[in-house]
Amino acid sequence: MAAHLSSGRVNLTALREAGRRELREFLDKCAGSKAIVWDEYLTGPFGLIAQYSLLKEHEVEKMFTLKPGRLPPADVKNIIFFVRPKLELMDIITDNVLREDRGRSPQRDFHILFVPRRSLLCEQWLKEQGVLGSFIHREQYSLDLIPFDGDLLSMESESAFKECYLESDQTSLYHAAKGLMTLQALYGTIPQIFGKGDCARHVANMMIRMKREFPGSQNSIFPVFDTLLLLDRNVDLLTPLATQLTYEGLIDEIYGIQNTYVKLPPEKFAPKKQGEGGKDLPTEPKKLQLNSAEELYAEIRDKNFNAVGSVLSKKAKIISAAFEERHHAKTVGEIKQFVSQLPHMQAARSSLANHTSIAELIKDITTSEDFFDNLTVEQEFMSGIDTDKVNNYIEDCIAQKHPLIKILRLVCLQSVCNSGLKQKVLDHYKREILQTYGYEHILTLNNLEKAGLLKPQTGGRNNYPTIRKTLRLWMDDVNEQNPNDISYVYSGYAPLSVRLAQLLARPGWRSIEEVLKMLPGPHFEERQQLPTGLQKKRQHGENRVTLVFFLGGVTYAEIAALRFLSQMEDGGTEYVIATTKLINGTTWIKSLMEKLEPAPF
Amino acid sequence: MSRARADEEEYWHSSKFRAFTFDDEDDELSQLKESKRAVNSLRDIVDDDDDDLERVSWSGEPVGSISWSIKETASGSTSSLDGRDSSLQKGSSSYAVLPKQGSSYSLSSLFKGELCFFLSALTDTGGKSYAPELRRPKAEYKVSSLCLLCAKIRELPTLLVCSLERFRSLQDKLVLLDEAVAGHDGNVITAVLIFLKRTLRREILFRELEVRQVALCHLIHFLRETGEQKFLLDLLRFLDRTEEVALSQYREHLNIQDVEKRREFLKSCIGLPFSAEDTSHIQDHYTLLERQIIIEANDRHLEMAGQSELFRKYPRKASILNMPLVTTLFYSCFYHYTEAEGTFSSPSNLKKTFKIPDKQYVLTALAARAKLRAWGDVDALFTTKNWLGYTKKKAPIGFHRVVEILQRNSAPVQVLQEYVRLVEDVETRLSLATKYKCHDVVIETYRDLKDRIQLIAYKSKVERGSAEDEKINSILNNMQIRWKN
Repeated sequence: MAAHLSSGRVNLTALREAGRRELREFLDKCAGSKAIVWDEYLTGPFGLIAQYSLLKEHEVEKMFTLKPGRLPPADVKNIIFFVRPKLELMDIITDNVLREDRGRSPQRDFHILFVPRRSLLCEQWLKEQGVLGSFIHREQYSLDLIPFDGDLLSMESESAFKECYLESDQTSLYHAAKGLMTLQALYGTIPQIFGKGDCARHVANMMIRMKREFPGSQNSIFPVFDTLLLLDRNVDLLTPLATQLTYEGLIDEIYGIQNTYVKLPPEKFAPKKQGEGGKDLPTEPKKLQLNSAEELYAEIRDKNFNAVGSVLSKKAKIISAAFEERHHAKTVGEIKQFVSQLPHMQAARSSLANHTSIAELIKDITTSEDFFDNLTVEQEFMSGIDTDKVNNYIEDCIAQKHPLIKILRLVCLQSVCNSGLKQKVLDHYKREILQTYGYEHILTLNNLEKAGLLKPQTGGRNNYPTIRKTLRLWMDDVNEQNPNDISYVYSGYAPLSVRLAQLLARPGWRSIEEVLKMLPGPHFEERQQLPTGLQKKRQHGENRVTLVFFLGGVTYAEIAALRFLSQMEDGGTEYVIATTKLINGTTWIKSLMEKLEPAPF
Repeated sequence: MSRARADEEEYWHSSKFRAFTFDDEDDELSQLKESKRAVNSLRDIVDDDDDDLERVSWSGEPVGSISWSIKETASGSTSSLDGRDSSLQKGSSSYAVLPKQGSSYSLSSLFKGELCFFLSALTDTGGKSYAPELRRPKAEYKVSSLCLLCAKIRELPTLLVCSLERFRSLQDKLVLLDEAVAGHDGNVITAVLIFLKRTLRREILFRELEVRQVALCHLIHFLRETGEQKFLLDLLRFLDRTEEVALSQYREHLNIQDVEKRREFLKSCIGLPFSAEDTSHIQDHYTLLERQIIIEANDRHLEMAGQSELFRKYPRKASILNMPLVTTLFYSCFYHYTEAEGTFSSPSNLKKTFKIPDKQYVLTALAARAKLRAWGDVDALFTTKNWLGYTKKKAPIGFHRVVEILQRNSAPVQVLQEYVRLVEDVETRLSLATKYKCHDVVIETYRDLKDRIQLIAYKSKVERGSAEDEKINSILNNMQIRWKN
């Protein structure tokens, strides 16, 4: 179930196993049969660590979703709540506990497992409700960095960006630092730390502090990572706003990938058996897991969508040919060999069928007029054209009441590409948005302004063109089929964040000091001493391993760009990616929007 | 999106940007089709259920996954699970064998001591002066006392909350706060803040927080979470963050369901110290709701009475209360178009009150009248008279947009054609006319362009013997025209 985690340069199975062990330890503390009550948000991330079978081995007999009211009857000794430390969840738990029938025998014991951390605030809250004493074990489960793939870790902390940049709450950074300490405990001390941005600076400081305070964490493991690069999301606000154009990026933009799963409209995945087709079309969305365990997906996920069709058709030919082989199998031996290959061929066929269907679904959208118009405007902004005046297309979209998030993405993109909008332009957009979508969105606009995504230009200076030119963010001759530069992931725009990583590896940041100063926050370098004997003697031609940690979120297109750099023949660096959350422009903007009460009807 | 093929080609190529399209669309499409075909043809050969192969239920949850199991166990079919489940055991247990370095560490034990840094001061000293201890360089902390503390961490919340009481002097409390902030753990910072909030006078707390921005943000966030609105506003006022006070107060309106109360509340928001730009928006918000309440009362009555034909024919889908301004304008253009400017519900009154730009107004009115198929109103919308009494057609949004909106509301060709003809740019006019089959406009445009070849080509698009066909013939036979080709 986790073979894909060991496929990369760094074997992340060890991290998963450490998480499983901790879970087992906790479960064994609550002796006897158990039922788990789940904060629904957690089931996805937990699914990446453990299957139900593990829980079952440790006497978990029932599982429920956390909701107000009386807990379902279940003849178990223990009821364990697996929850995030959120006040609204504490209210539900309180309700559950208070409604528990005291007369039942045998009585059920309650426990709470906070993920990723115990919260004093929550326990205080439970205390005030008078239920804190009902819990025998109150523990925490440090699910900080969850392995998503062989080269990808995420904290899946939805609100990390909002907390860091709007609320100045740096708790998620604290968790990030802790996650990094865990990684170092398993994979050795990372000798070199680079960073850019205020949050990056904080995380590095915390790591150094934690190391000093817990000498026990000093370990004797040969370091797997050579370098850690910490990047603030607000150093590159531009990239997530643009529409991702890789296969995986588009799946995420259109359908949303959650904890490696995607839900797709079922029509294209109708039952395949002939004769019964069309009888009962499934109405539930088709859910697929997407990770590198699937050979075909690993090959196409990071390609520009324009290059996916040809791969699929090539695969189809290969598979057809393989099945044709059966006609040539004459001897028993040959037939036996053919049969032995069948399972693999079937898997390949079903994988191809799925991705052909997904590609068709996506193509319907990417060939639509509106997708094209939207992309044209994005590319104009990113290449620096007409960023200083009111854009017609945006106005049209507002007039036609396109989804507000789409409008906000575009307006923010324009603002970022112009180092802020002229006051008149900004006021105009604001007015149109408020009049069309409702005045209450003034709160959301304010949040975006605070986060620096939407702002008036100050000092009348637009730095973006300099940054664009120096970092070569816009490439006119992009090759989508056989890319030679990371800009293929956005069909022309090279993600700023990844360019920083690329330039750090070669020739080093000293060459771009000027531009680094234009971007927000400090840039820095730290070294962590290694005991003698652990210093690496690199084999000739061996690649360095860099862990890039995106504080505030990363997109699939950026991941694709880093994987592209890993695979470059003369690249010399392989990347592992960590983040607080996998995001796209829509989920990101949404996390910054003020939660408005539903309309009263 | 049924743009004609030729148009589309032209559209892609004329753009100065790389279209996000397949290099060769036909080829690409056929590639996808091809792989689909291959996949389909293979089905006869391997005709077994591959869902089974992947061990994935239809909804995609791998059998045995947590979310799948919640459904399964909750529905009580535990027994049916065993069989399937045991087949999975192998998969998970094969990872029990681990690299050695991993197993020698228990992550939880490593990091459970995160609060030690300032708690060590508590246990080390007998309870007299803690502050100096806190200032001790971290390196001096004894490993052994840390380990001891780790064991106690389980009781931490109570320990912490009680122990904090021992920090009595202001100076101690501030050192405690600074230490907590330096640790960046919001959990701890908040706990300390709750303690300070309880034990310090407001003015002192506010004053000290003013120079401690991080702690301040945490407190603001905490107050917002727990809904201590009054304390929050006091704090913001003290800090002179007036705009934030205003916004924070304004946010409250979202929690008021009763419209009358909401209106009253918004009224009270008008005087708040917003930025100049925001003040006018808030004022508008109030005026709009006030207006909506009047319109709603009136129209509900009208609808119930069943006297108005308009309301009978097009019953209202929802109340207009709390709708955005443009939606309200649309509503007003739909139900109250002909009313005089004096009434609150008339479009012109809304336009004037909220200074709605011409463009916005025309777009909305057009959409509303087109929906009602009131073509006369549409016509009037674009007709202007000059002082000599001549009429002229003018559209602030450009006639191509007019055509699109009319088309979306399925206007008949006769109506459509009239506006296609008014599109100034020849290229756009031709493409729109072709797209929406306004034959007359196409024919006349080619005639004006003296483009004989295109005109002849267009003959294939019209029905043989139809009026259009004859029109083309008569133009082609007209000796007066000097064709350019």
